Amino acid sequence: MSSSATGTSRCAACRNQRRRCPTDCIFSPHFPSTDPERFDAVHRIYGASKVAKMLEEIPPEMRGPAANALHFEAKCRIRDPVYGCVGIISTLNEEIRDTGTELAKLRARVAFLASGAQERQLGQDYTIVDDHWTEQQQIGNVVL
Amino acid sequence: MSSSGSYNSPCAACKFLRRKCMPDCIFAPYFPPEEPQKFANVHKIFGASNVTKLLNELLPHQREDAVNSLAYEAEARVRDPVYGCVGAISYLQRQVHRLQKELDTANADLIRCGYGTYDNNNNNNSSGGMVDPLNTMQAPFQASTTPRQWPGGVGDGLGGGYYQSLGIPHPLPWSTDHHANGPEGGGGNM
Repeated sequence: MSSSATGTSRCAACRNQRRRCPTDCIFSPHFPSTDPERFDAVHRIYGASKVAKMLEEIPPEMRGPAANALHFEAKCRIRDPVYGCVGIISTLNEEIRDTGTELAKLRARVAFLASGAQERQLGQDYTIVDDHWTEQQQIGNVVL
Repeated sequence: MSSSGSYNSPCAACKFLRRKCMPDCIFAPYFPPEEPQKFANVHKIFGASNVTKLLNELLPHQREDAVNSLAYEAEARVRDPVYGCVGAISYLQRQVHRLQKELDTANADLIRCGYGTYDNNNNNNSSGGMVDPLNTMQAPFQASTTPRQWPGGVGDGLGGGYYQSLGIPHPLPWSTDHHANGPEGGGGNM
């Protein structure tokens, strides 16, 4: 009902909590009234008092990034109540592992082809005995 | 002091909350008394009533993974009060991006090695004289290039520099071989 001392509208948090929004409200820089969904999400997962306590323990200049991170994690948890943003970490770890494996294979293959190209440039006759690529790079199968 | 349903000491949650641990305590299966820090972290970040609410919205077989992921998030946030798990996500996304660039480079090298080489007899450096001893070129490996659509977009003003000082993210509470769901297909029943 009442507005803050400066006459501006309440922040999303104070609207949600149905209270006056003081000039030094810890939520108002990070939960504007124009984005009520933002505070709704963090309130649903963490609760207003926990969010306030977390923000109070952080230097003021870092509260913006912290509020963004809390909002992101809350949205992840709402979307996936079992794994939340840890599901994303899991997926990224798998992608890193798979991509790393493919990269290693590709590099081994490049090294194999590059060594063969060097021999051709020297004009050597050769026959590939076994053109089956293996992980151990069986270059020894090339017979000069 | 009464014990939990298994006639053991109170669970870590009830010990922390200084209350009687009832046989049907929702926390008891997931917060054993030997791991007091697990509940302490979860309580600090989420609060007991929020955790109860979250667990009650899940099926019983989903609760263990949910508690473990909450504990992981809580610990990440205790370690990094600004970025929490998002710091880890930023770090891993940068790793993925770096690997994709290296894959592009390796693909380019592969094409250079496989094409435009001399053949044995005429030493012509023509692309038609290509010899690939590995029995034709396979399509170069394509890592996923679809931009990830995370809710809100990780990295919006997050920087990640604050978390970098903490090094590599700590290991997950389960093997990644068992979890194949991303944020789209989680185990929730929303």
